[in-house]
Amino acid sequence: MAIALKSTGIRQVKNSLAKWLITLGGISVLFTLVLIFMYLLYVIKPIFESAEITKVTSFSIKNDQAVLATGLDELQELVYTIDGNGDINYYPLTSLKQKVDVNNESTRVFQQSLSENKLVQVIDAGTDHKLLLDELGNVSLVSPKFQSIYDSGSREVIPNITFPLGEDFIPVDEQGIGFTHLSFAMDDERAVFVGYTKDQRLIKTTLIAEDDFSYDPAYEIEYQQIELANNQVNNILLSPDLAMAFIRSEDQVLVFDLSDDMDVKLKATIIPQLAQNRANPMHLTSMALLSGGSSILLGDSDGIVSQWFEVATDNGREFKQVRTFNVSDSEAVSKIYTEQYRKSFYTITESGDVGSFYTTSEADLWGGNLTGNIPDSFVISPRADGLLMFNENNFQLFSVKNEHPEVTWKALWQEVWYEGYPEPEYIWQSTSGSDDFEGKFSLVPISFGTMKAALYAMLFAVPIALTAAIYTAYFMTPGLRKKVKPTIELMEALPTVILGFLAGLWLAPIVETNLPAIALLFILLPISVFVTAFVWHNLPKNIKNQIPETWAPIILVPVLILVAYISFSLSPLMETYFFGGDVRQFITNDLGIDFDQRNALVVGIAMGFAVIPTIFSMAEDAIFSVPKHLTSGSLALGATQWQTLIKVVLLTASPGIFSAIMMGLGRAVGETMIVLMATGNTPILDWSIFQGMRTLAANIAVEMPESEVGSSHYRILFLAAFVLFVFTFVFNTLAEFIRQRLREKYSSL
Amino acid sequence: MNKWFKSGSPWIWLSAGGVSLSLISVIGLLWLIASRGLSYFWPAEVYQFELLDQKGKASTVIGEIYDRESIPSKQLSHLELNLDPKQETVERLLVKTGNRELVSLDFRWILVPEITKQSTPEKLVVIERRTNGNFYGYIEEVILDGKVVSLEQMPVLLERVLEFQEEIEALQKVDIGAINYQLERLRLRERKYKLSGDYTAQKEQDISLKVAQLEAEYQTLEKSLLLLREKVSRDEIKMKAMDGQIVSINFADILKVSTNNQMNLFDKLGMFFSQIASFIVDDPREANTEGGVFPAIFGTVLMVLLMTVIVSPMGVIAAIYLHEYAGNNALTKLLRIAVINLAGVPSIVYGVFGLGFFVYMVGGSLDQIFYPETLPSPTFGTPGVMWSAITLAILTLPVVIVSTEEGLSRIPSAMRHGSLALGATKVETLWRIILPIASPAIMTGIILAIARAAGEVAPLMLVGVVKMAPNLPLDGNFPFLHLDRKFMHLGFHIYDVGFQSPNVEAARPLVYATALLLVTIIVALNMTAVSIRNKLREKYRMLEH
Repeated sequence: MAIALKSTGIRQVKNSLAKWLITLGGISVLFTLVLIFMYLLYVIKPIFESAEITKVTSFSIKNDQAVLATGLDELQELVYTIDGNGDINYYPLTSLKQKVDVNNESTRVFQQSLSENKLVQVIDAGTDHKLLLDELGNVSLVSPKFQSIYDSGSREVIPNITFPLGEDFIPVDEQGIGFTHLSFAMDDERAVFVGYTKDQRLIKTTLIAEDDFSYDPAYEIEYQQIELANNQVNNILLSPDLAMAFIRSEDQVLVFDLSDDMDVKLKATIIPQLAQNRANPMHLTSMALLSGGSSILLGDSDGIVSQWFEVATDNGREFKQVRTFNVSDSEAVSKIYTEQYRKSFYTITESGDVGSFYTTSEADLWGGNLTGNIPDSFVISPRADGLLMFNENNFQLFSVKNEHPEVTWKALWQEVWYEGYPEPEYIWQSTSGSDDFEGKFSLVPISFGTMKAALYAMLFAVPIALTAAIYTAYFMTPGLRKKVKPTIELMEALPTVILGFLAGLWLAPIVETNLPAIALLFILLPISVFVTAFVWHNLPKNIKNQIPETWAPIILVPVLILVAYISFSLSPLMETYFFGGDVRQFITNDLGIDFDQRNALVVGIAMGFAVIPTIFSMAEDAIFSVPKHLTSGSLALGATQWQTLIKVVLLTASPGIFSAIMMGLGRAVGETMIVLMATGNTPILDWSIFQGMRTLAANIAVEMPESEVGSSHYRILFLAAFVLFVFTFVFNTLAEFIRQRLREKYSSL
Repeated sequence: MNKWFKSGSPWIWLSAGGVSLSLISVIGLLWLIASRGLSYFWPAEVYQFELLDQKGKASTVIGEIYDRESIPSKQLSHLELNLDPKQETVERLLVKTGNRELVSLDFRWILVPEITKQSTPEKLVVIERRTNGNFYGYIEEVILDGKVVSLEQMPVLLERVLEFQEEIEALQKVDIGAINYQLERLRLRERKYKLSGDYTAQKEQDISLKVAQLEAEYQTLEKSLLLLREKVSRDEIKMKAMDGQIVSINFADILKVSTNNQMNLFDKLGMFFSQIASFIVDDPREANTEGGVFPAIFGTVLMVLLMTVIVSPMGVIAAIYLHEYAGNNALTKLLRIAVINLAGVPSIVYGVFGLGFFVYMVGGSLDQIFYPETLPSPTFGTPGVMWSAITLAILTLPVVIVSTEEGLSRIPSAMRHGSLALGATKVETLWRIILPIASPAIMTGIILAIARAAGEVAPLMLVGVVKMAPNLPLDGNFPFLHLDRKFMHLGFHIYDVGFQSPNVEAARPLVYATALLLVTIIVALNMTAVSIRNKLREKYRMLEH
């Protein structure tokens, strides 16, 4: 007794310790589920955040010359200015970045002279290119790039200035008069200038590379004059593919076709509808080319920016106004600046209000006043994560947090008008071979595909699973039920990868070559069951007594196999007589329906098989556990077996059957491998049974391994997973809730 | 008739039809996989077809019949065959002709009406090769070191080559593999020292000495490897293909030479079982489309074992909490909803979670802390067998919980009360009374979890499975179990070979065989679990009375 008492303390400690551990272990299950939920949300969250622009630092420089252009490197460590003297000066940023809102002064670290003559203008000419225009009207192209040097663990950014067209100034105007407006674009073979001279000539000058500009700046020069109806030019832009020149002439934009070297033709005229009925008429105030060069943005004095691009119409390709952005209610849009790689743009109004927008998703990302005026120079950093503004020898650097501007709720779930498309559409196209490709992330086609696959699977599975459950639970003898139920449930254990493989490589070709047989099966199978039942009904009594009616499923097995065999043997004959020898051709040519080998029919059958055991098992349980006294009562009152089943059993078990179907639907929605293998995985919006689909789950499986971590694509795939998670969560919780209620009801009966 | 309809009998029959259809589909599916899978191992007859096409050109085709089908003759009208106009369908055969170096496709369809003669000559030989697939043809001569020798010598020569091949393989995989592994570790150690800043001259000397030693060892091994390679490729065999061309095949390339047409039933049975055995123990060849699936079996088993180690304690503890400790409150209800939902969440979602959370977040942090010397190439921050096991452990957790809880709920409360009344604490009751009785139920849960995990593919595609793993996750190099390695998996093997391989037609039989293997494992596991559960139920029913 004494020994027992002595150990009680340790035993009690052990006991309570174990209790805590087990409680912790139990609650960790809940924790896991919450963790999954929260983690998915954590990854998704950034795509719905709007942009943030915060000031990093400001500093002044000492310079007595007018600064014509500025720029900075992609790591934001060095800035440069090009001044009227033709000098380029570099200033370090690194040491200043920590000191917010202090008016520092930065000292020059590097200087180089780019021109012997005074410069009058420096023109932005695409990625890393600046065009220097000197007082004589000659130009030089300079590329102030940067180079990172890694040495013993530290990194240093140094300037790297190159001259892609040679260091000599180029006489762009044959008559040497000088320009009021000039625009430039080049590729490896040609460099094109379009300019408006001081004596009101619109000229085009082409430099044709003798070899290739990427390594040899030698060229031949060619001058042309372009006819212009009204001598008014406000702005000139060239598309980066050298195909088009946009010339803003008062309230219209003339588009010239440059693809023919000999002859520059007027291709189109863009005349925006400006609100003219007010006291002061509206005008175009600014113009910019969107990244990629196929869209043009026009800002007007009413504070509206409109996006235009070429759209295929019945009359050929035409420029159309695709969407507008309301930048300001009262002020004119003074300047539009576009990002280099994304379809984003910044606007600035007279009072210095800055707005940030994304075209495709129509996102209004940010708005506010940063400097209080229109800066002399406004530079978007190469990685679009910073803004550099320069005004009166004072730099201001802002950081921009704007990683996923292309994703908005609207862009994910509504029709979006992409560049080059004739109309707004739902498109999922996440990657492509080319660099300037814009990802198209509409979740509509893949959500639609998920629903389509689930629907066809349920159409196939629900009738079979429910009838089988009814018979097994209500009519079958216990001995037979004991064997049949585990056999059907065994199907649930079959790996879906095997079902998918069989569906894709075995079933799909069979369905394709024997389409008439499949159609025939859907008609003949029920009919043959009725015929068998009728024949059995009319059999003499002594045979009926030997084989009881409860053996019906076994009797039907050979019948159904025979019917299937007959259907398949008749298939070629039907093909010959009804469909002109080839059903596929008949469907494509005569009916005009596209036919995929791996289509919704195949998925419906294969996924149906995967879902049957889920529905069967739960529905069978629900029907089987209907209290026996209910059925006995009904039968005793003279109802037939069938009447009892319909009016009593099924009615009582209906919540359970409903929850079984819910669970089946949940499984069909989340199934990955079968859809992945048995469909063509094309994200289309089409209910046709002969077409494939792409589902959320299959889409994740296909694209997740290739998506860049942290990119919009990666996060959208997480969103797809989250949608699946929430969807199945709702269905499962609902089904479980209903089942609990049913259990309580049964126990109270 | 009307009365019969009113009685509802036809509807009862219709619902019976549902049962029949389900049964037919289950059993039909299993039969389909079994028959297709097993026929892959059965040595097939090799046929020689003499063909005469509509233009009067004669040709010979040698090969195995793979498939036959009948198609409407109208679809062939463009061929202008001389057919009986009344004939509605034409039969055609899919023949595997092999000989990949001679013909572009190793399968071809031939139309039965074009066949003038069909025979199974006894001298026809099938040669299974390391590259380029099978070769079908007649042996012309056997050449030993440049001299022609008699055919009887062939088995001896083949035996000799196979022995050498085994030596080569051991040398390459074990010895040279170990040297490469050690060299890599030395390189990493050197980097680690450099990063931490205590790379002394002494250490540098040590490392360079070891490297030199290993490289010397490598040189000798390489020499003996070259010598063996030379020995292996001494002999060759001259074969006559179906179009009369003579092709010489080096013995180094030959795996097996068989004359299927000479075999009797017992020979075939012997070969059947030896083929099954080599399928299970061999490595894959030719981008997984030939050879065995050993690494896939190994990977599946290892991953599932790791998963079991993780999921069993977690699942059992959670079930004990739910059944023995949890009160009837909102938290318990929430927990039950969590269990149900964990079971119902699509598996791909677990994959996404595993990739983001375990691989990139946890794994990435582990790399930063423990493996800075290998960065930027990740160690645990990349999909691998450990992350797969953990992900699948979460996925199968509800299976273990539900099954264990069912077992616990079947234990009569009298047993608990008895134990408690005798003075045992709750933990002692659990540990000594409840858990031993519930152990078969726990076993059932674990087996079901294993079966589920063995067949799951979608999440693994994101967290660790690869098409071809160069090294097994378990080998003779310290620390023996490499949890960071990627692995091969039977289910993914099916997907990959069946859908991603360049020659799907040729690979399909192998996919059926793999599918059969996987189905056998899973069905066996499930049946074991179900039978344990049924026995358990009977036992408890007896306990209650």
